[in-house]
Amino acid sequence: MNIVPASDSSLLVVLGDAVSLDNHERVMSLFLALQRLNDPRMRNLHPAYASVLIDFDPLRMSHEEATTLVENLEAEGLAQCERPVNIVTIPVCYDLEFGPDLENVANHAKIPEREVIQLHSSATYRVHFLGFTPGFAYLGGLPEALHAPRLARPRKHVPAGTVAIAGSQAGVYPVDSPGGWQLIGRTPLRVFNPNTTRPALLGTGDLVKFSAIDRATFDATVQP
Amino acid sequence: MAIHVIQPGPLTTVQDLGRYGYSHLGISPGGAADPLAMRVANLLVGNPENAATLEMTLAGATLEFDEESIVALTGGECDCRIGGETAPMWQAVRVLARKVLTCGGLKTGARLYLAFQGGLDVYPIMGSASTSLAGHFGGVEGRGLRKGDLLSVRKGSNLRVRTLMPEAAQELYPRGLVRVTRGAQHDWFGPEAFDALLSSPYTVSEESNRSGLRLQGEPIPSRVRSQLLTEGVSLGAIQVPHNGQPIILFVDQQTTGGYPKIANVISADMHHVGQLRPHELVRFAEVTIPEAVRLLREQEQWLKHIFQH
Repeated sequence: MNIVPASDSSLLVVLGDAVSLDNHERVMSLFLALQRLNDPRMRNLHPAYASVLIDFDPLRMSHEEATTLVENLEAEGLAQCERPVNIVTIPVCYDLEFGPDLENVANHAKIPEREVIQLHSSATYRVHFLGFTPGFAYLGGLPEALHAPRLARPRKHVPAGTVAIAGSQAGVYPVDSPGGWQLIGRTPLRVFNPNTTRPALLGTGDLVKFSAIDRATFDATVQP
Repeated sequence: MAIHVIQPGPLTTVQDLGRYGYSHLGISPGGAADPLAMRVANLLVGNPENAATLEMTLAGATLEFDEESIVALTGGECDCRIGGETAPMWQAVRVLARKVLTCGGLKTGARLYLAFQGGLDVYPIMGSASTSLAGHFGGVEGRGLRKGDLLSVRKGSNLRVRTLMPEAAQELYPRGLVRVTRGAQHDWFGPEAFDALLSSPYTVSEESNRSGLRLQGEPIPSRVRSQLLTEGVSLGAIQVPHNGQPIILFVDQQTTGGYPKIANVISADMHHVGQLRPHELVRFAEVTIPEAVRLLREQEQWLKHIFQH
């Protein structure tokens, strides 16, 4: 574990240097332990692949205090903490209209499109963290055959609900935004809803599965 | 009390001091780009400092008031008029019913704040009225104001206007100097990189907004070629992409990033970043973290003492 100041109001706790489930577990343990403290001096906690950023009020907490807090949690053996895992199934319509890059991905993988759909919807994914836009979950666990580069030219507009992949990552665009990933489908679910008590459908540490649905089911279930 | 938006200006949004506690959901704090000017505006009209205000960008809006109200304008220097007569900045002013407030282009700075006595009546989302442009929520439908929008102002009772000490506003801007501490990946950079960052001025590019300020100037060389694993980024982080041209991550930033951060703007100078305009020159100076915290503490003290009693 390496703790470095990121700014005059934040510390970056680095727990590893690679994307792995081991590092993810260490991140989750520290993140949840910090959340449980419910310390009002901490303003934001941000888990990522192998780090946790802690933003605090520098007028009420010093870097030394924040560092000691993290070290104590680590010493208490936070890595052993058990937690329930949330499993979320996301229906996806892989219609050409929603997945304009499906053909690209199939060509890149040298497999038929239906096999891309089959591979994408049979894997189990892990939410490593949320970032990029509100509610955007970075999913690990994409089958290797589907690893495809980002688009050379990002799109200016990707509609909310679009299911996409890039490199070893998978995700769902939660809000209308620009995007450089390969678009392969769309979910009728609302992935981000700021007007609810749980604004993001996916949380760090969740397990995610995609299930293929046809266009009629999509049209019948799409959430405004 | 209602305010009619006659002209919105280039980008006018509802902002308070932002929403905290949601960055793990990819939601940046947002809030006023110049929180100091915004807080002063609220305090002048007697509001709590976190009341919802309007933030105008580079040029102001034209608004019609349907009832008499007390407002305050702060931030970048701007020619503002109420019914044709000059409306002074940095003090509480009365707008009579049916009068129109017209704010021109900003002569200095990038952002103008308008506080209304009572505060804008905006339903808070995740504890804040601030507009999240990326998330399409908060403020008015999660977007900048449009012509024809109707804003409502809360009734303020027992709110007493305040007066700023002479010269207090001048102490805020501009210095042309932004102070920084070392960033999370400062050890990816050698002395030559810090030389470039700290000894030459950078120009604020036109592609700058609330998410980030792109700077142009002496390229900053990195010693490390490897890819940084995406991680959470702090407000005001100065990240260096492969072309060596630094970017200051700002209030509406993406909450994660994969470029190394050489430095980070100190909390006490964040308001100054919010007033940097395109084409403006900015210089950086390094301070230690204890120094940065001391400067923030002094700034908070200063804010308590700039009003006349």
